[in-house]
Amino acid sequence: MPADVSKRNEESFVHMQGVTKHYGGVVALDGVNIDIMPGEAVCLAGENGSGKSTLIKILAGVEQPTSGSLKIGQNTQSPLDPRTSAAAGVMVIYQDFSLFPNLTVAENIAFASELGNGTRLASKSRNLQLAKAALQKIDVDIPVHARVESLPVAHKQLVAICRALASNARLIIMDEPTTALTEREVTSLLGIIRRLKEDGIAVLFVSHKLAEVLEVCETVLVLRNGKLVAEGPAGDFDAASLTRHMTGRDVPQTPPSAMSEAATDLLKVNGLHKEGAFKGINFTLRGGEVLGISGLLGSGRTSLAKALFGLVRPDSGSVTLSGTPVRLGDPLAATQAGIGYVPEDRLTEGLFLTQSIVRNVAVGRLDAHANKGILNLTSLTAEATEWLKRLTVKAPDVEAAVKSLSGGNQQRVALARWLSRAPQVLILNGPSVGVDVGSKSDIHTIIRELAEQGIGIIVISDDLPELLSVSHRILVMRNGQLVDEIASGTVDERELTHRLAS
Amino acid sequence: MKSVFNKQFWTRNETLVAVVIILFCLIASASDPRFLSATTLTDLLRASIVLGIFAIGAMLVLISGGIDVSFTAIAVFAMYVATVLTLGTIPSLPWYLIFTLSILIGAALGALNGLFIARFGLPTLIVTLGTLSLFRGFLLTFVGSERISKLPPGMRDFSRSMLARGTTESGNFYALPLAFAALVFVVVLTWFILHKTMLGRSIFAIGGSEESARRIGINVRATQFFVYVYVGALAGLAGIIHGSLGRMADPFSLVGLELSVIAAVVLGGARLTGGYGTVSGTLLGVALIVLVQNSLIVIGIPSTWQSVAIGLLILIGTGLPAWQAKRAAEQAA
Amino acid sequence: MRILASPEWRLAIITVAVFALMAALSPERFLSEGNLVSMAFQFPEFAILALAMTLTMMTGGIDLSVIGVANLSAVVAATLLASFAPAGIGTVESLPWLALAYTSALIVGATAGAINGLLVARLALPPILATLGSGLVFTGFAVALTGGSAVMGFPESVAWLGNSRLFGIPVPLIVFTLLAYALHFLLTRTSFGLRATLYGANPLAALYAAIDTSKLLLRVYVISGALAAVAGLVIMSRANSAKADYGSSYLLLAVLIAVLGGVNPYGGRGRVIGVVLAVLSMQILSSGLNMLQVSNFARELIWGALLIVVMLINTVDWSERRSKQPEVQGKVTGESS
Repeated sequence: MPADVSKRNEESFVHMQGVTKHYGGVVALDGVNIDIMPGEAVCLAGENGSGKSTLIKILAGVEQPTSGSLKIGQNTQSPLDPRTSAAAGVMVIYQDFSLFPNLTVAENIAFASELGNGTRLASKSRNLQLAKAALQKIDVDIPVHARVESLPVAHKQLVAICRALASNARLIIMDEPTTALTEREVTSLLGIIRRLKEDGIAVLFVSHKLAEVLEVCETVLVLRNGKLVAEGPAGDFDAASLTRHMTGRDVPQTPPSAMSEAATDLLKVNGLHKEGAFKGINFTLRGGEVLGISGLLGSGRTSLAKALFGLVRPDSGSVTLSGTPVRLGDPLAATQAGIGYVPEDRLTEGLFLTQSIVRNVAVGRLDAHANKGILNLTSLTAEATEWLKRLTVKAPDVEAAVKSLSGGNQQRVALARWLSRAPQVLILNGPSVGVDVGSKSDIHTIIRELAEQGIGIIVISDDLPELLSVSHRILVMRNGQLVDEIASGTVDERELTHRLAS
Repeated sequence: MKSVFNKQFWTRNETLVAVVIILFCLIASASDPRFLSATTLTDLLRASIVLGIFAIGAMLVLISGGIDVSFTAIAVFAMYVATVLTLGTIPSLPWYLIFTLSILIGAALGALNGLFIARFGLPTLIVTLGTLSLFRGFLLTFVGSERISKLPPGMRDFSRSMLARGTTESGNFYALPLAFAALVFVVVLTWFILHKTMLGRSIFAIGGSEESARRIGINVRATQFFVYVYVGALAGLAGIIHGSLGRMADPFSLVGLELSVIAAVVLGGARLTGGYGTVSGTLLGVALIVLVQNSLIVIGIPSTWQSVAIGLLILIGTGLPAWQAKRAAEQAA
Repeated sequence: MRILASPEWRLAIITVAVFALMAALSPERFLSEGNLVSMAFQFPEFAILALAMTLTMMTGGIDLSVIGVANLSAVVAATLLASFAPAGIGTVESLPWLALAYTSALIVGATAGAINGLLVARLALPPILATLGSGLVFTGFAVALTGGSAVMGFPESVAWLGNSRLFGIPVPLIVFTLLAYALHFLLTRTSFGLRATLYGANPLAALYAAIDTSKLLLRVYVISGALAAVAGLVIMSRANSAKADYGSSYLLLAVLIAVLGGVNPYGGRGRVIGVVLAVLSMQILSSGLNMLQVSNFARELIWGALLIVVMLINTVDWSERRSKQPEVQGKVTGESS
C-alpha cells in the first residue's frame, strides 16, 4: 500500500522511473519508481530474492535497466557505468567491503578519491590527511598504518565507510551494514548518518533485518519479487506490517512443538575456548532439539560452529557426542562421529558449482559405495537421486552442474549431502540465506521434520523470525561468550533484537 | 619508542636473506681471504646486472598478481634483432640508439603478453610459457640461429665503458662496467613508479584484489597491459646489455635463467598470490642468487650442486613463510 | 553446433584434420608403415609426462618437476645398471638387475612425488613454487650424480622397453595405453579420482565436505612422480643413456598437451581421452613438420602458438571456473544473496 508521500522530481537526487530488469527469463525488477532526496535516509527492505541487489547494481552503474530511466543529480542520466555513477556521487559499500588487504588503512580510504581526482602522483601525506579526516568524522580510532588484512571485520567495515566519505559521496548505499557492528558502533553510525544528512548526503540502507530498518531510516521502501510494494515514512510501519509486505503473507511466528521429555542429551559441549574467538562455551543439545544460536557478526558464532565441526581447533575444552568424545580440529573425525555442517557461504564453501548435482550430493557417501576404492556408480547415483527426491529438489537433469539450480534448490542439495550420511547432529549456518521465500519455509519444515526424527540441530542465523520459528531454544553469543538463553515462545522479534544488541 | 628490530623484522624474508648473505660472505672470506676484495665485489655486481633487471621486472609482474616466464625469450629476441638490424642497416649506430631499439622491441613483445593476459584474461603462467616458446621459436626460425661475435662498434664501446676501475693493493684488477648504472636507473625508476605514482599503487591494488580494484574504478586492463609492456622493455634492456657485455649475440643464451630470476624475486619476499613485493627484497634475493651462482665453490660446494642450492633456497625461502602463514591460519578462528 | 561445445570432440576434429593435412602434404612418406610405426615409438615418452601433468592439473596444481624427476629416476637406474650390469653382460643375467633398476627408478619417482606432495599439502606452498624448487633440486641431484655427463653402458635388455614390439605393437605404445587407461579409470571410477576432481573444482568446499585434502594431494603428486619415472625409463631405453638434462623441451609440451586436451589448469575438469587425442595431434604435427623439413626451432614456435590459440578458444569454458564471484547464480535467479 503506497503511502502518501509526494516527491518532487526536480529536487530529488535519485529519480528512478519505471525501472525494469530482466535476466534471461527472470524478472528481477518490475516497474520500480523511486525518489531519494538529498540528505534523506532511506531503507530498502526486502527478503533475499526480492531484487535488492539488482537495484543496487543499477544505481551503481554495474547493470543497466532493461527499460525505464534513472537520473542521478542534475546531470547524470542512464545508461550509467561504474565511473559515471561514482562521479555523480553514488558510492556503494558492498558486503565484502571491496578493500585491498595488502594496503594500509590510510591508502584504502584515500584510494578512490585520489583516483577520482585524476592525480598521477601518489602521496602518503595526502592519504594520511584524507584518512584522518574521514576517521574523525565517525569518531573512530583505527591505526592508519595498519594493513587492512590485519584488521578485525568490524574495523574493515568502518574503513569502507570512511572510503565512501572520503570520496565525496552524495549517496552512500550500504548493503546490510550493521551486521558487524556492536551497539555502540551502531549508535555512532547513526550519529554519522545524521551529520551526513546535514551535509545533504543521502543514505540508502539495504537490509532484511526489520528492527534496524525501522530505527534508522526516515523512509522505508519494500521490495517483493521485484516490485515496490510499499513505501512511506518509517513511523507508518511496524515489524508485523513490514513482514507482511516483505513476504506477502502473514508469517505466524508459531514456535515448534514442545520436545518430548524422553529426549536424551546428545551433544555436550564443555569449556570450549579459543583465544580471540570464543571462551567458556558450555551447552547441551538434546536429541530432536533445534537449538538456535545468534549474535552479531563478530560474536564468535561462526567460529564456534566451525569448531564443533573441526574446521577450527579450540585451545581447550571438549565435545562429546552420545557419550563419546569427538576429536577436535579434524573435520573427518567430526564427520565420522556423526556431525554434519552446512556452511554459510553455499557458493564458495558448500558446493562445487561446476560439478554435477549428483556429485555434490554423493561426495559424502563415496566410501560407502566403494569396494577397495572402486566406486559403484550405479548405486551411488541411485542413492543421491533418492535424496534429491526426498528433499524435493527440482532438477530435471541430475548430471547438470549444480550452479544451474536456484538458491533454494542449491541449499537443498547441500542438505541432501549431509542427510545422506545420517548424522546425529546437524549444524546449519545461515540455512536460508539467498533462498526465496517459498523455499525458506520449506527448509524450515525440513528442519522441523529432521528434529522429529531425533536428529539434534543447531541453527546459526541472524534471521530472527527464522530462529523464532524453528528453534526450541535460542542461545545468544556476544564477544565470544554465551550470554543469554531464551526459551521459544517467550519473546518476540523486537525483544530478541534488543537482547542481541544490548 | 618501539624497536625496529621486533619479531616481525626477524621473520621477514628480506632479513633472512640478508642474514644468509652475511653468513655466506663470512664463510667465504674465512676460507679464502681474497674473497672480500674490490675485485670480487665488482665481479659480483657485474654478474647481477642482467639478473637484477630481469628480477625487477618479474617482481612487478608478481605484485600485479601474475607470473611471467617469457622475459628471457623477449630479452634474447630483442637483443638479437636489434643487433642484426644495426649490422644490416646503420652499423655505426651509437650504443644508446641500439639500446633504444632493443627496448622498443622488448616493449612490443611485452605488449603481446599484455594482449593475451589483460585483454583476454588468460592464465599468466601458461600464456607466458607459450609466448616463451613462441618468441624463441620465431627468433631461431625466421631471424637467425648464428652466434654473432662481430658486434656493432656501438655495443663494443659500451662494453668497454667503465664506471670505476683500478687495481687493488694486492695487484688485482677490478672494474665496474657502465652497465651497472642501467641497473641503478631501473631500480630507481621502478621504485618511483611503484611508490610514488597512482599507476604503481594501482598495480599493488590489483594484486591485492582485482575485483575490488575494478569496483573502485581502476582500469585494470590498462594497468596490467602497462605492466607487461614495461617488463618487456626491461627485458629488452637486459638482453642488449647481456649481448654487449658478453661480446656476442647468441640467440641460444639467456633462456633457462627464468628459474633463477623467479627464485631471486620469491626469496626477496614477493608473493605468488600478488600484492606484495619490495625492491630492496628483490635486490637482496638477486644478491644471494648471484653469490650462489658464482661463489659456491669458495665456500666449498662444487658448482655441480648449484641447481640443488638454488632449488633448496626457493623451497626454504618460500616454505618458511608458507609454514608460518599456515600456523597463523590455524590459530585464527 | 553442439559437437563443437565439447573440447574432446573439437579435439577429435583437429586430430583428424592435422592427420589429413600432413598426409596430403607428403603422402608417400607420411602414410608409410615406417612412419606410422616410428610415430608410435616416439610419442609415449612425452605422452606419459602429459598424463602426469594432467593429474596434477586436475587438482588445480601443476608439476613443473616432472622432467627433473624423470631424469633423476633414469640416472639412478642407469647408474645401477652401469655399475652392476654393464654392456656385454648376457640378457638373462641382466634381468634381475633390470628389475632392480626399474624398481629403484619407480621408488625415486614416488619419493620425489611424495616430497612435492608434502610441500603442497603440509606447507601449503603453491604448486608452482614447490615444484619449481623441487625440480631444480632433483635435476641438481642428477647433475651431481653424473657430473653433468651421460651415463652409458647398458646391457641389451634395456633397449627392450623403448624399442621393441610385442605382438607387433611397439612396447612404449602398450605401456602408454595401459597407463592412460589406468588414469582414466582412476579419475572416473574411483573415490580417489572423484575427490581429486572435486578438490580441483573448489578446494575450500572440499575441506568443508570433509575430504582429506592432505592425503589426496600427497597421493596425486606421488602418482605424478611415479609416472614421470616411467617416462624417464622409456627415454633412457630409447636414448640408451641417461642424462640430467634430457627432455627439457618436454615440460612445455606436457603442459601444452594437457591444455590442448581440455584439462582446465584451474582444476576440476579434464578427460584422459582428450589428452590422448592431444598427444596424437602433437605427434602427427611433429612428424609431418619433420617430413616437410621444417627445422626444430619452428616446432617450438608452433607449440607456443598452438598453446595460446587453444587457450583463447577455451577461454569461455574456463572463465566461469576462475571467477570467484557468484555471478552465475545472479543470472538465474535475478540477484545474488
